[in-house]
Amino acid sequence: MKLNQLTLKQAKEGLRKKEFSSLELTNACLEEIKRLEPKLNSFVTVTEETAIEDAKKADKAIADGVDLPLLGIPLSVKDNFSTKDVRTTASSKVLNEYIPPFDSTVVERLKNAGMVLLGKTNMDAWAHGSSTETSDFGPSKNPWDTKRLTGGSSGGSAGSVAADQTIAAIGSETAGSIRQPASWCGVVGLKPTYGRVSRYGVIAMGSSLDSPGPITKTVEDSAVILEVLAGKDELDATTSPKPVTDYSKQLKRDIKTLRIGISNEYFITGIDKEVEEKVKEAIKKLEEAGAKIENIKLFDPKYAIDVYTIIQRSEVSSNLARYDGIRYGNTREYFGEEAKRRIMFGTYALSSGYYDQYYNKAQQVRTVIIDDFKKAFEKVDVIIAPTSPSLALPVGSTKDTSMFGEIADVLVEPSSIAGLSGINIPVGLSKSGLPIGMQIIAPQFGEEVVLSTAFEFESITKGEDWRRLKPQL
Amino acid sequence: MKYKAIIGLEVHVELKTNSKMFCSCSADYFGQEPNTHTCPVCLGLPGALPVPNKKAIEWCVKIGMALNCDTPLFSKFDRKNYFYPDLAKGYQISQYDKPFCINGHMTLSNGKKIGIRRVHMEEDTGKLIHETVDGIKVTLIDFNRSGVPLVEIVTEPDFETAEEVKEYLQKLQQIVRYLGVSNADMEKGNMRLEPNISLRKEGQDGLPNYKVEVKNINSFSFVGKAIDYEIKRHEEILESGKTPTQETRGFVEKNSSTVSQRIKEEASDYRYFPEPDIPPIRWADREISKLKSQIPELPDEKLKRFIKDYAVTEYDASILTKAIEMADYFEEAVKIGKSNNLNAKQIANFIINRKQDINNILPAKLIENILEATKTEKVSETELEKIANEVLSKNPQAILDYKNGKENAIMFLIGQVMRQIGKKIDAEQIKAVLTAKLK
Repeated sequence: MKLNQLTLKQAKEGLRKKEFSSLELTNACLEEIKRLEPKLNSFVTVTEETAIEDAKKADKAIADGVDLPLLGIPLSVKDNFSTKDVRTTASSKVLNEYIPPFDSTVVERLKNAGMVLLGKTNMDAWAHGSSTETSDFGPSKNPWDTKRLTGGSSGGSAGSVAADQTIAAIGSETAGSIRQPASWCGVVGLKPTYGRVSRYGVIAMGSSLDSPGPITKTVEDSAVILEVLAGKDELDATTSPKPVTDYSKQLKRDIKTLRIGISNEYFITGIDKEVEEKVKEAIKKLEEAGAKIENIKLFDPKYAIDVYTIIQRSEVSSNLARYDGIRYGNTREYFGEEAKRRIMFGTYALSSGYYDQYYNKAQQVRTVIIDDFKKAFEKVDVIIAPTSPSLALPVGSTKDTSMFGEIADVLVEPSSIAGLSGINIPVGLSKSGLPIGMQIIAPQFGEEVVLSTAFEFESITKGEDWRRLKPQL
Repeated sequence: MKYKAIIGLEVHVELKTNSKMFCSCSADYFGQEPNTHTCPVCLGLPGALPVPNKKAIEWCVKIGMALNCDTPLFSKFDRKNYFYPDLAKGYQISQYDKPFCINGHMTLSNGKKIGIRRVHMEEDTGKLIHETVDGIKVTLIDFNRSGVPLVEIVTEPDFETAEEVKEYLQKLQQIVRYLGVSNADMEKGNMRLEPNISLRKEGQDGLPNYKVEVKNINSFSFVGKAIDYEIKRHEEILESGKTPTQETRGFVEKNSSTVSQRIKEEASDYRYFPEPDIPPIRWADREISKLKSQIPELPDEKLKRFIKDYAVTEYDASILTKAIEMADYFEEAVKIGKSNNLNAKQIANFIINRKQDINNILPAKLIENILEATKTEKVSETELEKIANEVLSKNPQAILDYKNGKENAIMFLIGQVMRQIGKKIDAEQIKAVLTAKLK
């Protein structure tokens, strides 16, 4: 096994036992990035020089006996996280030459934990999309089939993890942008509760929804990274003061006390047959292991699409106003089609006379959806459903489909607008060899049960053949 | 035809908090090197987030409380979206439908109550500087002021004259200074004034179908001039059978007139929506009562108390309560004066008539000075008797006047005795001697 193929846990272990150095680990990743970028386009910017420097520093620290949760671990970070002195574009040419003078809180916490930053990953421009095809730097390609999309908007992050270009990655989700690409790329993607991880320094998309989180090879790796990221940030007034759990120490739980809710509304018409089968099989496996399965009724997820579309685009129209051509180098002409559409939609929805009809009404329905989940969680601990109704779609699928993202994300939007915690975990491969993902949703600040349920599934399926398969690149 | 002016007022007061409204940059921007008091937040850099300044919010609420407003337990910030190069984020964080304070009033000296519609919190913008650099005309942006806390106070259209507006402004300035929340320094732009004016025919009800706003005036006297100018202008237009245009005008100092700046065909659409980056504010009752308890005695009450407790005239009391520093100083001096047998009236007279510099003379020193100034010398009874007799013999007319009931005549005689003695002695002592002799 090559070093870049290690999980975060294995890499930490190896560094601790001095089986290899952070420099060797980092170089293995950088070489894989170099080899695969022409095929995958996972990165907008690769920070090779500073990565090597940081790895050397980490090696020295390790030699000095320093112990940090991510010391010497190479990571890739989505390009909407501000990185001091490293170009941050959110995959838009508007910010082609923008170099932030400050680190986002997430990046600062990762640095304090000892991370080696490999580079900034590709995404849908401004995180507007679920394909990474709207990137001004070209689409990212799915490592399992480079004729297919990674999903998005954290497509570069998910792809880089699936292709072992990195040990783990950071993404951000507004509604689906972590879980959906994780599903299409066959990796673990954790979307924390809104307010659990700081948004400070993340180029805003839907401010009342944006949730940064890890994309990893295993559930345990996500837990380790979440421990580093989570918690109150004085620079983000919407972060929660709730104490942070030692997620990685709470992964094992008694499966027999777990109540899993299944809602028929999430096995929608038009869902890919293989996706449906694999997710149902996965639920069956959890049941056999002792979990109690309850059939519950949730609102049809289609209502969430309207709510999400209105709220997110309204916020987008305001958030993008600052790129007025005065200060960031490029003018508004550099906005892509999707961004322009969203700005126009949001501006319209917030206009006087329409506010009550659209934004206000959407907020009211949002409350109804939140209550719907609250009721459900009185009966069950988690809800399980497919993450995406389809397998990874071919490159080019978003052409002339302005609502592509909303349709691809229909199953994750309700929990996003309710600000819940959730995760995507791989449950197998299709006959065509494409990954299939399943989501586990829990109440707000339910990361512990999300992770322990995911960990349980990972443990009981450890020996299955598909787990040993890797993308052939 | 007779017209009645209907005037409302919007006042922006810049708070003197140490830090800005949503970041920890220093809010003391005046006269500083451009763009030195900035950070990602007040520059509106991608991803930076606002964290509200608790003190600024409390101060805003205190202004509202001092203006007799209600403070709803639920409040929130909103985004006011508009484009201007000095607006770093492309929107201003302000408050729309849930301001911190509503429904207040201020009572003017003529007994009229001016309604306060709302008192809300927002952030200041940057400043554009138009300059020629290397022969090219350019506009530069200084973001030092960006994000400085502003409180906007909006009245009902209850004023009828420029005089009422000016009195309101003076009182408002006095109140915010009493609260210690703003320097309210007009020259530094700490208070910006925007009157809106319209006229209706006497005897008619309701608001006229137009309104003219005059923007960003920075002196009370200019507001008065702008209002007077507008009233006259509207009268002329109305007399000619037309209606003044609904518009925004600017004040021109050099001839005390106004000029049209922007014609508002319809209300601007700011696309307000709740600021998602700042959770709504939910006050607990005890927080509100705590803030209320921190409101100091305000000028009106203090004035009444001074007249009552210290037996000073209304005029003196108004001078003594104009600034809280003076009022506190006076009361401190009264306390010290008490143990020196000086009464409040004597102290008030001394401070006012002798224009004491209260910043440089401590109250205790002031009392010493008063005692020094009123110190009298002793003179022997026999000498006093002798001089009194001399004075009386030289002034038969005064004696006659006194005996005819002119009480003032005795004051003249006291003066004569004092002059003869050539020393400062207790007037009461002389008076006693003289009246005894005149019995």
